[in-house]
Amino acid sequence: MPVTGLSPAAIALNRFGLGAKPSDAAPTDPKRWLTGQFDRFDTRPADFAALPDAGAMVKAYREQQQAMRQAARLAAPQAPDMPSAKPTRSADQIAARQDFAQDVQALYRQAIQARTQSALQTAAPFVERMVHFWSNHFCISADNPQTSAFAGAFERDAIRPHVLGRFEDMLLAVEHHPAMLIYLNQIQSIGPNSLAAQRAARRDPGKARGLNENLGREIMELHTLGVRSGYTQTDVTEFARALTGWSVGAQGPQDDGNAGDFAFRPNLHEPGPRTILGKVYTQAGEDQAKAVLADFARAPATATHIATKLARHFAGDNPPPPLVQRLAVSFSRNKGDLPALYRTLIDSPEPWAPAPLKFKTPWEWTISVLRGLGRTEIGQIQMAGVQSQLGQPVWKPGSPAGWDDVAASWAAPDALLRRVEFAQRLVAPLGDTLDARTIGPRLVPASLSAATTEQIGRAESPGSALALLLVSPDFLRR
Amino acid sequence: MIDRRSFLSVSAMGAGAMLVAPRMVLATVPTERRFVFIIQRGAADGLNIVVPYADPAYARLRGALAIDPAGATKLDGTFALHPSLAETARMYSERQALFVHAVASPYRDRSHFDGQNVLETGGRQPYQLKDGWLNRLVGMMPKAKDEAIALAATVPMALRGAAQVTSYAPSSLPTPSDDLLLRVGQLYAADPQLHPLWSAALEAKGLAEGAAAKQDPASLGKLTASFLVKPNGPRIAMIETGGWDTHSGQQGRLAAQLKALDTLLGSLRDNLGPAWSQTAVLIATEFGRTAAANGTGGTDHGTGSVAMLVGGAIRGGRIMADWPGLGASALYEGRDLKPTASMDSLIAGLAGETFGIDPAHVSHTLFGVTDAMPGLAMT
Repeated sequence: MPVTGLSPAAIALNRFGLGAKPSDAAPTDPKRWLTGQFDRFDTRPADFAALPDAGAMVKAYREQQQAMRQAARLAAPQAPDMPSAKPTRSADQIAARQDFAQDVQALYRQAIQARTQSALQTAAPFVERMVHFWSNHFCISADNPQTSAFAGAFERDAIRPHVLGRFEDMLLAVEHHPAMLIYLNQIQSIGPNSLAAQRAARRDPGKARGLNENLGREIMELHTLGVRSGYTQTDVTEFARALTGWSVGAQGPQDDGNAGDFAFRPNLHEPGPRTILGKVYTQAGEDQAKAVLADFARAPATATHIATKLARHFAGDNPPPPLVQRLAVSFSRNKGDLPALYRTLIDSPEPWAPAPLKFKTPWEWTISVLRGLGRTEIGQIQMAGVQSQLGQPVWKPGSPAGWDDVAASWAAPDALLRRVEFAQRLVAPLGDTLDARTIGPRLVPASLSAATTEQIGRAESPGSALALLLVSPDFLRR
Repeated sequence: MIDRRSFLSVSAMGAGAMLVAPRMVLATVPTERRFVFIIQRGAADGLNIVVPYADPAYARLRGALAIDPAGATKLDGTFALHPSLAETARMYSERQALFVHAVASPYRDRSHFDGQNVLETGGRQPYQLKDGWLNRLVGMMPKAKDEAIALAATVPMALRGAAQVTSYAPSSLPTPSDDLLLRVGQLYAADPQLHPLWSAALEAKGLAEGAAAKQDPASLGKLTASFLVKPNGPRIAMIETGGWDTHSGQQGRLAAQLKALDTLLGSLRDNLGPAWSQTAVLIATEFGRTAAANGTGGTDHGTGSVAMLVGGAIRGGRIMADWPGLGASALYEGRDLKPTASMDSLIAGLAGETFGIDPAHVSHTLFGVTDAMPGLAMT
């Protein structure tokens, strides 16, 4: 690593924040500049607020499908002796399905534009970065229309309101959110001894209905305690039983709830007490899993798990153990109060090390590039497509573990080439409206390396100079 | 009742073959052999890919998820191949496909991410090793131009490490000007991390000129083949596939996944041309899925699964399984297919035989043990 010693101002703007803008004055008191943002964060920016109601969209589609199936049944000749025949979809049903998928894609893209806009305009770039951090920690992956529809709402409604609140409240909001309940199959999970299972067994004894442990496992492994922290398969299964009944509204023909709202369905809930990590939970209904979640949120393993990820995000791929330890203590002592945790981070020496500590992910790099060019409006740039091209499609990590936060995942030959291609495309229309020689030192105050300065100065055109600045080692790292 | 220890289903691989000592050849010329590793991320359901239809417990455990042997390709008296795998079935009939069942890496804890890390690093524990076994294998190869490529925008764990590898994925972004490429090269010249990445990127770009630039399975097969057939191109490739985590809606999803995989394999074969006869492809997943269907039309995280080996260099037309059975007492922890074969041993044997390197030596370098499954590839 070439040591291009970063100044504290450059670290505050780029490592803690989302990247400097040409108009940013270098903060004179970097730590106060960061903590001052806690009062300036906009929980619900206008573009996020303006997103169409995904719940209404999903509900309307389900009702339409229901009506079509009904019509098809009435029109079809009765064939009671063929119960297993799969009903073929009519042309209308297929068309409706395609329309819905298109609407969902449009909503997904609009939500990504809103996310980008917020990152370009925010008065609190450090807090905005923490939104991205938590959104990736508690990630959903928009791999099907039902999850994609709620992806933007998930970040807006479950993450943003709690980014300056308590971890436990964010955890509860996340696990109650339809995006998560659909993504990790919780809405299909049925207690094997629940009322619904008993009724179904009487109706159709051959068909097994039961647990899906996906959400339960990932809550323990990824959201709270962390893998290999001492829980067993039995704990996972017991927690999955406690979670049965957690569902969303508007699931069936008689269900008039909103598809975007949490719904507890007592009929699906596995009755009886549960024993998880040696503790017995006797609560009834929804409160049972809530009580378990509250204990998970306060568990020492969770504090360590969160501290490790936070330290990795700010102090390097192999986070320094003293920082992890300090953050874990802060997390536990302040009962998961997040601003207190961020203050501990900001007051620690490790994240202020002058050598670059992190290779930017495609999302971080793109946002810092757009901010660096002084853009305040995303305009015609389709961020969904750009991020797919650069290898990190937004809200689509493809697994509940979220995107990796280590350089080895992002520093790769082809990925690098794509950043160069994107930088070139982005600066093409700018001509000589921006001079890399003046904005370079503003974006990385008192820290731009001599080699980069030299290459920018020798470039064949203003556009080429800008592109080089954006893909320079100084700009690929933070 | 099946003979629980029907070790091999076809006599082509008799005891004699097991006794042949692996040849101690350390190739000193760039090899003609090709090795492709296709990882199935998400825990692919081996029991519905190579289906133990004759196991009396199978249909009961799987219920509506059970694959009907009538619609599948019967491989022998015990196993059948999922109906989506038509090209793979053809390979099997031409002795170019071998299935090793009830196989697992040393990992036992059912976390995708940890399981994939063990599968890719070759460690005994997650995150114990910092580099991947495929990268260590590249390090054992005679030095040619560049030996390995990942068909992905980034380098997967199995290929990370000291040996120089490259990655390539089709892009629809405009090509930067030569001048910019040159200047970026100068900009990275003194950067120890970025300089080698950039050199590899430009090299891959040069190799890929004119290759199909689409991501569908057929094009991906064609693109991979286009690298592997070049005289000075890589001889080892890795392809990532995802979407195998079928907790629900398994029947349709798995059928679509396997169709895509089958298309990819067929395309690899067709586009490799004569080089197919020199090729070994390994398709493996981090662990299997529960023996019983769950309550939501899917299966949950399990243990043992199946590994598929295809290619002209494979001694195919066989199934290798020390079949543990699916009876309640035979299941691992009462829920999963019990592993009776070692993935590490399989990889060491296959890689050693493919490249003519002593499998025990390969096993030691890749996995720190000396245990290599014999008789998988033509030597």
